[in-house]
Amino acid sequence: MNKMKYILRKEFKQIFRDPAILRLIFLMPAIQLLILPFAADYEIKNINVGIVDHDHSTYSRGLIQKIEFSSYFNLTEYSDSYQMGLQWIESETADLIIEIPTNFEKNLVRESEATLFLAVNAVNGPKGNLGAAYASNIIRSYNQDIRSEWIQWPRMNPEPQIEVVASHWYNPTSNYQVFMVPGILAVLLTMVGGFLSALNIVREKEIGTIEQLNVSPIKKHQFILGKLIPFWLLGFVVLTIGLMISYVIHGIIPGPNLGTLYLFSGIYLLAILGFGLLVSNFTDTQQQALMVAFFFMLIFILLSGLYTPIESMPKWAQIVAWINPVTYLVDVCRMVMLKGSVLSDMTFHLVAIGFTGVLLNTLAIWTYAKRT
Amino acid sequence: MAISIDRISKSYGEHKDVHALREISLSVHTGELFGLIGPDGAGKTTLFRILTTLVLPDRGSATVEGKDVRDDFRDIRTMVGYMPGRFSLYQDLSVEENLRFFATIFHTTIEENYELIKDIYVQIEPFKKRRAGDLSGGMKQKLALCCALIHRPKVLFLDEPTTGVDVVSRKEFWAMLQQLKKQGMTIFVSTPYMDEATLCDRIALIQKGSIMSVDTPENLLNKYQGDLWGIRTEHMYKALQDLNNFPSVTECYTFGAMHHAQVSGLQMPAELHNYLDRKYHKNIRVEKIKPTIEDCFMQLMQADEREPVPNE
Repeated sequence: MNKMKYILRKEFKQIFRDPAILRLIFLMPAIQLLILPFAADYEIKNINVGIVDHDHSTYSRGLIQKIEFSSYFNLTEYSDSYQMGLQWIESETADLIIEIPTNFEKNLVRESEATLFLAVNAVNGPKGNLGAAYASNIIRSYNQDIRSEWIQWPRMNPEPQIEVVASHWYNPTSNYQVFMVPGILAVLLTMVGGFLSALNIVREKEIGTIEQLNVSPIKKHQFILGKLIPFWLLGFVVLTIGLMISYVIHGIIPGPNLGTLYLFSGIYLLAILGFGLLVSNFTDTQQQALMVAFFFMLIFILLSGLYTPIESMPKWAQIVAWINPVTYLVDVCRMVMLKGSVLSDMTFHLVAIGFTGVLLNTLAIWTYAKRT
Repeated sequence: MAISIDRISKSYGEHKDVHALREISLSVHTGELFGLIGPDGAGKTTLFRILTTLVLPDRGSATVEGKDVRDDFRDIRTMVGYMPGRFSLYQDLSVEENLRFFATIFHTTIEENYELIKDIYVQIEPFKKRRAGDLSGGMKQKLALCCALIHRPKVLFLDEPTTGVDVVSRKEFWAMLQQLKKQGMTIFVSTPYMDEATLCDRIALIQKGSIMSVDTPENLLNKYQGDLWGIRTEHMYKALQDLNNFPSVTECYTFGAMHHAQVSGLQMPAELHNYLDRKYHKNIRVEKIKPTIEDCFMQLMQADEREPVPNE
């Protein structure tokens, strides 16, 4: 037992003497949580609109004004030639062109019907699609405004209308930060548990100390535990720092079930530490370990539902996503921090991550034994 | 018998076609300072790694202090000290922390075995708070030796301990080994430096994974066949070619500032002198010299080349 204590003391000494690890542990959560939630934002704003107005009428001006006042659009260009409009798109001064044809007002008043033309730059797919949708929305509401202006109301509304009122549960203002922050916490835990641990073990191989340890009565499990326990604890440190930052900066109160989050994170860390050990078994230098870790990190993050909903992925990607352990932590972080879920709500997650943990650690210990 | 090795073979590579060791047999007595002498790539480190239970041999068996390297590896690990060729201590821990760490994992303390390492440790004690990574080469080597000794091993394995160390430190190091030997420790040391061989009780010359000879340095020198002549002229390169063409010369090679020529069946140095004279060499100096271990090594290597190594 004394030996184990000394091994742990040595590991902690080394971790706290490595300025790179310390910076990573304290700065990574700070920077990721300060910058990412603001920048990695799927709300499309600042769409540049160019208007090609052939009509120059009161109604066309009304429409332009309505678009200009919307917070989503910047009116950047104005002309009366469609050729000009195409040039804007090419030079990227406008993402969206609205062409108002001649006699727009006349047709609207006389025939109660008019056409408009929308052209979208679809190089950035989501931006183009959303821009067109927003623009259609504004035009529809403008249409509604005109109709209500004209109609002399009879006793009963001849046109039945359905008004939709939406209420956003768990994130009342549909704030994107509230959605992102719990997910980023999950990524941070993965980095500390899976990658820092792998790098640390590989370092012993790289500098040759692992040979010295192998020619000693130190047992395999003592060495592995000595490596994993510090990073398990550091995972909690990072989680705590992350939660504090999300409270102070983003005002996110992690809900009443903080204990649940820590419990699940503890189990998750065990699983991801197994992954780190597995990576270290198949690499000999920190550089190799880093490359392997980087490869998995990309897959882990992109297929975890952190940025894009899993439900909208193709079937095969959904399967990969539900194999990916990060998915479960991202989900649990959001459940606990936004919905206030309790342990019984995440039985499936617990079983899945427990199974992954056993699988990864068994594989890791098996390959570790095989290769030394 | 401290170490006994019985027909050990080890190959590397995908097709096991790199033969690091070929049927090596060797025994080291208790309390002996035994040297494994050979050039880089001869298989020295592989043999060390097998004896310290880091790798398993493909064939053959070996015991250290009566324990089998395959079955009783746990026992071996508690009673041997191993100092690998590359400095492999924790660079980010201090001198004292490194030593204390290795003491603890061997269930002992610095204080318990301080006597054993005292002579070496006092030299680095002034720097005990310094990180191992900031030590000079010679200091690092002393620290590594202390760490390998701290649990009072029965057998000490030193893999090329003096490679990359200056001449003075090398001398000091060998003096330390002599001290340890006096305390009854068995020391198995490898080195590519032939001049260190004479400091060992017995040596094994190893080349291309095979042991060419095992003996005391004196016996090995006595076994040298023929005479050895040291030759110097003004045109050293041409002299080397000419000497190799001389019938009585079995082998000639450059050794420091002169050529060493192994000669058999020649009575008079004048014959060699006259031969070189006829080849228009100037300032010829020919003297009979005592062979060194390196000369023995060269001779054994030739004999080895003449009878080709069996392909496994």
